Amino acid sequence: MGRMSQDPELLRRLLRAKDRMDAASHEAWPVQRLARVSRVSEAHFARSFKQAFGLPPHRYLLTRRIERATALLRDTDLAITDIAFRTGWGSLGSFGRTFRDVTGESPGAMRMRERAAGHEPRTVPPCYLSAARRPDLTIAVLEKRRQPGRGIKGPEKTTEVL
Amino acid sequence: MSQGIDVVGLYVRDQDEALAFYVDKLGFSVHTDVRNGDYRWLTVQHPEQPSFQLGLFSPGPPTVDEGTAQTLREIVAKGAMPPLVLVVDDCRAAYERMDAGGVEFTQEPIEGFGSVDASFRDPSGNGWKLIQSRE
Repeated sequence: MGRMSQDPELLRRLLRAKDRMDAASHEAWPVQRLARVSRVSEAHFARSFKQAFGLPPHRYLLTRRIERATALLRDTDLAITDIAFRTGWGSLGSFGRTFRDVTGESPGAMRMRERAAGHEPRTVPPCYLSAARRPDLTIAVLEKRRQPGRGIKGPEKTTEVL
Repeated sequence: MSQGIDVVGLYVRDQDEALAFYVDKLGFSVHTDVRNGDYRWLTVQHPEQPSFQLGLFSPGPPTVDEGTAQTLREIVAKGAMPPLVLVVDDCRAAYERMDAGGVEFTQEPIEGFGSVDASFRDPSGNGWKLIQSRE
C-alpha cells in the first residue's frame, strides 16, 4: 500500500490531540473532544489520526492506559481496583478483562511476575523505557481475543501459528 | 576542550519561527546565522554551554529533494523525531517561566524516579524533556 502524504500543519494539530491523551490518559477522549483539540471535523480526525499514527485514536489511548497501569502495578502498592479507576476504567471487571486481552496475563499475575523479576534495567531513562514497553496494538483487542492459544499456558500454545 | 560534539541539528518547519522560539522563549542565543542563496545555516547555543551548538535546519533542496523534504516535515510534525533533553536546576520554576511565556507543554512537572520532569514541544513538533538535574 502506498503511503499518502499528509499536510504537516494538520499533523502538528493531530499531534496535539495525541499529546493531550498522553497527558491525561485516564480521562475520556471521545472523538468529538479530540477533533476539537485538532480543529478538524470528527470524520476527518479519526481517518487522519489513523493514517498519521498507524492506529485509531481509541486504541492508542488504550495502549497508554495499559502502559500506565503496568507501571503502577510494578512500581506502587496501590490496590488493583484503585489502579483500574486511576487509569480510566469504569470497573475492575472491564480493566481486568482488557488488560488480559492485551498483555496475555491478568493484572495480578503481571504484578507478581514483575516483582519476582526484581529491579528495572537502569540503562534506559524511565520515561522512555515506559514508552518502549507500551503494548503494540496493531490489531483490535477483539481480534486479539479471538486468536487461538493466546494467553493459554499449556502445550496448545506450541501449535499457535501466526 | 578541542575534541567532541560541536553541532547537532534539528529539522524545523520554519527557521524564523524556530529562532524566535529558541531565543525568545528558551533563552538561547544565536551562534551562527548565515545564508548562501536559499540555504540558511542557523545554530543557537545554550547560555551555559558555549561549546555546543544546536542547529535549526529547514529540510529542502538542494540538501534533500522536495519529496524527502515533505517526508521529513511530516515526521517532525507528528513528533516522531528522537528524544531531546534539557537539564535545568529547578524544573518547576523553569516550567512556570516557560509556560507563562507561551511554551506548549505536553506534560506538567511530575516527581518521580528521584527527580522532577516535564515535557514541551517546539512549534515544529520536536519534543523536549525538561529534567531537573540531580544534585
